[in-house]
Amino acid sequence: MEIISNSVEETFEFGRKIGQNLTGGKILCLLGNLGAGKTTLIKGIAAGAGAQNPHLVTSPTFVMVNEYQGRFTIFHIDAYRIKSIAEFEALGFSDFISPESVVIIEWADKVFAALKGLDCVDIQMRHKGENSREITLIGLDF
Amino acid sequence: MKSEINILGIETSCDETAAAVVRDGCEILSNVISSQIEIHQKYGGVVPEIASRAHIEKIYPIVAQAIAQAGIAQKDIDAVAVANQPGLTVALIVGLTAAKTLALVLEKPLIAINHIHAHLQSAMMETKDLRLPAVALVVSGGHTSLYECENALELKLLGSTIDDAAGEAFDKVASILNLSYPGGPSIEKAAATGNPKAIDFPRTMLGKDSLDFSFSGIKTAVLYHCQGQDMKAGSLAGQMTQQEISDIAASFQAAVVDVLVKKTRKAADKVGAKTILLGGGVAANSALRSELEKMAQKTGRVLLVAPKKYCTDNAVMIASLGYHKYKAGIFADMTLEAKATSE
Repeated sequence: MEIISNSVEETFEFGRKIGQNLTGGKILCLLGNLGAGKTTLIKGIAAGAGAQNPHLVTSPTFVMVNEYQGRFTIFHIDAYRIKSIAEFEALGFSDFISPESVVIIEWADKVFAALKGLDCVDIQMRHKGENSREITLIGLDF
Repeated sequence: MKSEINILGIETSCDETAAAVVRDGCEILSNVISSQIEIHQKYGGVVPEIASRAHIEKIYPIVAQAIAQAGIAQKDIDAVAVANQPGLTVALIVGLTAAKTLALVLEKPLIAINHIHAHLQSAMMETKDLRLPAVALVVSGGHTSLYECENALELKLLGSTIDDAAGEAFDKVASILNLSYPGGPSIEKAAATGNPKAIDFPRTMLGKDSLDFSFSGIKTAVLYHCQGQDMKAGSLAGQMTQQEISDIAASFQAAVVDVLVKKTRKAADKVGAKTILLGGGVAANSALRSELEKMAQKTGRVLLVAPKKYCTDNAVMIASLGYHKYKAGIFADMTLEAKATSE
């Protein structure tokens, strides 16, 4: 599925739809440059997944992992600074995967090797203009 | 109760392994920080595996050194205070496990500390007559929050970032401009010779009454400025003159400081604050300090800033806040857990 979002609000709403259609056990791989709207999309996903306060979704660049509680636990990982698979594993990545949780990985391209063989939903966000973004979703239908 | 209270503080929430002994909340007997900045510079950021492994390797020697430097016997430690939230769970666990073990062995109470609250303790630690209420701003790589402060233990969150922390914006903008990590000092250095009015970067205020912050937009604005709105130009930073880079750094810093100062003033007006407290890694930024000082003077308030050496993560602030919890009889038990997000 491919959509064009023309605003922050539209990106959030698309995220909400993704969140509403998610079930536990999923791994979401998020690709997109700085400023592509990844945090906004994840706020929407958390809202759609029933998180009480999607406002609390912030960038985990420094802390590496954020956790939110909705219909399932959401582990929000930022791989922006991760340089090796060993570092990624040391975060506890394999412990996060369970039928009761969803793992979202920003900058997933940095850790592709650790995701091989896993059933991942791929989301790619591209700049199209100042406010417009092309969002491609593969592996989840609704 | 004996007259002198010695608290051992332990901090491992992100990239620093630190331990300190503080007497009566303000007398620093020891302060040991294993700065990992050299390791991280190689990778351009906080590297979790290195961070967590280093905590495990360093926690014992650092704690032993903190006790030895304090010149006290182990039995003279009255309680063990530890940062258990918020932070990187795998890192927090190292400090927490060490603290529990010590508390058990020494048969002393365990005290749970919120890392962000402790940053504010750094700002009020040396003040005997704190005029209350106060408004407190914590700005770091991972946090940007405003609190109403009734005393060291009673903090009410007024607002926080809804996307990127201010320190993260400094780091990402530094990366866009090809400046070195950590971004705070390198932006400040570049900004010193730049024109803060060269580019009018957006000040995201999130509505007239909001005390929340958003620094994602300004990061994107800097990116567009360097790469064009369709992002087709690629990174132009490499082709820019030193003056152009300095102007962008100065204009970016001015915009961030502007938002931080305006929001802090709004919060101070709202709660009738007599004092403004500033802590966290970005509190080391001179432009932020001087603009907040101007605002405080203009509005008849006192600004208390954490001393530069206690702005970044340290265990003195953990032990100091631990003292106030000790006096208030607020202790944790052995079921204490590490929490990624603040309660």
